[in-house]
Amino acid sequence: MNTQSDAVLDSPNAAQGFAPAVIPESRLMYWSVVRELWENRSIYIAPLAVAALILVGFLIATIGRALSTTNPAQRRAVLEEPYSFAALLIMATTFIVSVFYCLDALHGERRDRSILFWKSLPVSDLTTVLAKAAIPLVLLPLLTCAITVVTQWIMALVSSAVLLGSGLGVAPLWTRLSLSQTWLMLLYHLVTVHALWYAPIYGWLLLVSAWARRAAFLWAGLPLLAIALVEKIAFNTTHFAAMLGNRMSGGAEAVTMPGSSPMDPMTHLTPGHFLTSPGLWIGLAMTAGFLAGAVRLRRSQGSI
Amino acid sequence: MACIEARGLRKAYGTTIALDGINMRVEEGRILGLIGPNGAGKTTALDAILGLLSYQGELRVLGRDPWNERYQLMRDVCFISDVAVLPRWALVSQLLDYVAGVHPRFDRAKAEGFLAKTTIRRASRVRELSKGMVTQLHLALVMAIDAKLLVLDEPTLGLDILYRKQFYDSLLNDYFDHHRTIVVATHQVEEIEHVLTDVMFIDRGRIIFDRSMEEVESRYLEVMVRPEQVAEARALKPMHERQAIGGSILLFNGVDRQQLAPLGDVRTPGIADIFVAVIGNQHGQEQGAAQ
Repeated sequence: MNTQSDAVLDSPNAAQGFAPAVIPESRLMYWSVVRELWENRSIYIAPLAVAALILVGFLIATIGRALSTTNPAQRRAVLEEPYSFAALLIMATTFIVSVFYCLDALHGERRDRSILFWKSLPVSDLTTVLAKAAIPLVLLPLLTCAITVVTQWIMALVSSAVLLGSGLGVAPLWTRLSLSQTWLMLLYHLVTVHALWYAPIYGWLLLVSAWARRAAFLWAGLPLLAIALVEKIAFNTTHFAAMLGNRMSGGAEAVTMPGSSPMDPMTHLTPGHFLTSPGLWIGLAMTAGFLAGAVRLRRSQGSI
Repeated sequence: MACIEARGLRKAYGTTIALDGINMRVEEGRILGLIGPNGAGKTTALDAILGLLSYQGELRVLGRDPWNERYQLMRDVCFISDVAVLPRWALVSQLLDYVAGVHPRFDRAKAEGFLAKTTIRRASRVRELSKGMVTQLHLALVMAIDAKLLVLDEPTLGLDILYRKQFYDSLLNDYFDHHRTIVVATHQVEEIEHVLTDVMFIDRGRIIFDRSMEEVESRYLEVMVRPEQVAEARALKPMHERQAIGGSILLFNGVDRQQLAPLGDVRTPGIADIFVAVIGNQHGQEQGAAQ
């Protein structure tokens, strides 16, 4: 007995065994997210490129159209119109990027066999899948917001410069744009719709990405189409298709429709209504289920 | 505590039985060669040990259940499952950052030291490196981790002889220290037999041979016998016989060296020759060698 414990103490490896070094979960998560950004540079390059294109387009519009007209009202109109369009374009870009990211997230690492390297490190499948889910659910909405804010701000500066140069006041423009309020609305929209309401879409895509051996894109869509078709043929109803459409068209509960066009658009926000809508919670429960499935699949999978 | 302990380890894919009740015990500080033909179950056995697939039967690796505790186990276990599994998009510096970020036992300075001996640049992408360089990089990462068990599955497949020799040399000189355990699976027996302390043959999902190298060296002898003495030699019951230029080479198990000396040139056989004999006997008549 004595000799055994002596031997254990003498061995440097065994001595370490008494106090196993463990990396905190937050650091594992941080590095897992960082590696997603390294691997998928397009998730921030694409919206940045779109923002750059918007600015180029806006400059051309400013120089070409706003300055060519002598009518001050028309000049104002040209300078004010593309703000929400810019936000919409950047949002659409990150949504498309999110969809393609999710479809490849758990498929790509199996295809290039690097899953065998990732699995040789002490990072759990749960951490890996959550890090991948955090890209469309947390990181991209925040990034969209930041890029849109910077883009619109640059646009406002350019507009102001043009207006000042042509002897017009800038105060009406800034009042009309009310950028800080627009940005708050934007953030609200991104969090409620793009993160929370769309969560089951990303969850489903991640699950397909973990499951499909090839053609993840087809597998993501075909089963849904099949269910809708079978429902239509069997019962002549379209509940499933309507449900999908409702999900895609975005959480209507988050805002009220501007019926009487009140002055303050902030009054349209109905977070209470949104947070108590069953659609949100059913969606989030489905997301949890999809992600749990993806974790389970990744655990038993090697390369393809 | 044994490093790896398996009892009745089974794995079936549908009706194909990949592992047919394997029993094995690997003590700390050994370098075990797991030798077998393609499809014998080597990779399946290693994947089970590494927690990459589920199994039936009992398996403990460093006292843990690999399937349910894979990522905890990976703090103490490293593996190179195949060449070229490093992500091709990654920069060498990113791999160093990442492993340093997630692995509690990674010594970055050590890894940089190993890399300094190669021509691999920190700013290269993995996809720009040759196959041999990718293996060097992977080995540098793995050797900088203070692990208790290192598992290698065909680590040098597809590499040229220079890299292959370098690979095992650095493993022995810079890594192995008698507290660590290394398990190497390969079917290229010749290049690893000089580094092994133990050898196991696996065939059709079963371990059919399990010995230390000292045992192998003391029990197995090979004699080059001239044609006129072959009958005399056969009387001593060789386990295998093969033809060579100028005579036959007979392989004996547990026959005294003194007895064999008059028959011809006695020498220690290579693992490959014993492997061929054991597998041959196993297939010929399902008896004998499995002990």
